[in-house]
Amino acid sequence: MQAFFQEAVIPHFNFWIYVVIMMIGLWSVIAKNNLVKKLIGLSIFQTAILLLYVSLGVKEDATIPVVESGVLAAYKETSATTDKKAAPAIHPDRYANPTPHVLMLTAIVVGVATLGVALALTQMIYKDFGTLEEDEVLQKIKALHEDV
Amino acid sequence: MIVTFDIIILVFLVLAAIIALSVKDLLAAAMVFGIYGFLICLLWAEMGAVDVAFTEATVGAGVSTVLIVATVLNTRRRSTD
Amino acid sequence: MKAKIFASIAVVITGAILLYAVIDFPDFGDPGSPPNAGVPGGAPAASRYYIQNTYRDSKVPNLVTAVLADYRGYDTMFETVVILTAGISIFAILRVVRRDDDPSAPEPVASDRTIDGDHHRIIVGITCRIAAPLIQIFALYVVAHGHYSPGGGFQGGVMLGASFILLALSGSLRETLARFSERDYTRLAFVGILIYAGLGLLPMWVGRNFLDYGALSGLFMTKGEEMARSHSMLGVEIGVAITVMSIMFAMFANLSTRGRLQGGL
Repeated sequence: MQAFFQEAVIPHFNFWIYVVIMMIGLWSVIAKNNLVKKLIGLSIFQTAILLLYVSLGVKEDATIPVVESGVLAAYKETSATTDKKAAPAIHPDRYANPTPHVLMLTAIVVGVATLGVALALTQMIYKDFGTLEEDEVLQKIKALHEDV
Repeated sequence: MIVTFDIIILVFLVLAAIIALSVKDLLAAAMVFGIYGFLICLLWAEMGAVDVAFTEATVGAGVSTVLIVATVLNTRRRSTD
Repeated sequence: MKAKIFASIAVVITGAILLYAVIDFPDFGDPGSPPNAGVPGGAPAASRYYIQNTYRDSKVPNLVTAVLADYRGYDTMFETVVILTAGISIFAILRVVRRDDDPSAPEPVASDRTIDGDHHRIIVGITCRIAAPLIQIFALYVVAHGHYSPGGGFQGGVMLGASFILLALSGSLRETLARFSERDYTRLAFVGILIYAGLGLLPMWVGRNFLDYGALSGLFMTKGEEMARSHSMLGVEIGVAITVMSIMFAMFANLSTRGRLQGGL
């Protein structure tokens, strides 16, 4: 049991919590009755996925992905004296991985845009049916079909 | 990357997610969702993703909360679950 | 109740599978994991190239901005188009254009609140009026300084949009729309995309690839191709910021008034 914790749980503890957050979101999307609650759950589900991606780019003892001015000065010296094939002064393990940051940055802004579209659809549902509860909306749709 | 800070924020994150989904007042749910967005922003700053944290601070804690509040005030504030 | 039982079963099964899969993930914070260092025995990860060569290629210290606007320019451009599409969708779903001969159209709201008319709003309204220009100046700094510090087009654009949202929330939507009307923000949303795509198309004029900013050194009158890349990134970020600002305010204006652009919250 202790070996399992040492090898599986402790190096991945935050991934386990992301799975818990993701499942909270999934549960609310299926089980919650209110449409706004469903949308909040969907956003929580989305943030769990974003957290997973950003966590993959984290490096121990690394700094933020902005190159400091001191390092840049050293880099300029080496690139001025030697040819471009020489070993660069900017070491990749010193900076966090920028690729997942870029992907998730755009995903967040697109996420709020799609949340806006979903909220607009929610308002139209409220305008047509007078309620935000899923079961009442389904009942009213059924009644409409029976009338025809 | 500071592991203690990480664990504290993650615990608050799970709590905020559960509270946002269990409150019956939708305006309160929107506010707790804003808190959730800000905790996520802290977590990203802690992981070294400063640009993502900046975006989340403006988008997740700011605009998306305002959009949900705008919808809730234009529809109904109470929820059955 | 049935939905809750079904949801619990689905969540338990999915969660168990995911928790089992997570065991095979690389350790948290491992610099030698495949996303950070590449597959063992294979090519190194693309992120290593980005970190080592960004300053050589474009003289930009902030790696995220360089990857966002230069190396992955296509991605960012079409993400911006997605935001524009979302704005158009909200317009198509919600916007109610009232015609005088249409009896089903909603009545205009009689009491359009202003700062002068509503005494409860005086302190909040005046404070936010003073704060909004400061927020806008800071947002412009965020857009322009995105090369050297955290920031860029998306963050600055959202902040610019948020300053207009603040004005509309604290004062009245009518006064804000008088300064930043529907016609303005609809046009600006497209202008932003056109700035981005136009900067991408310019290198094709001289026979280079789409979004290959190095060809623009003549236009920006820079010595080498590196500074031309840096300047083009600024242009691209400005385009992104204009589109994001317009769409954020358009979404709020439509959602808060149910598409009538009258009254407000």
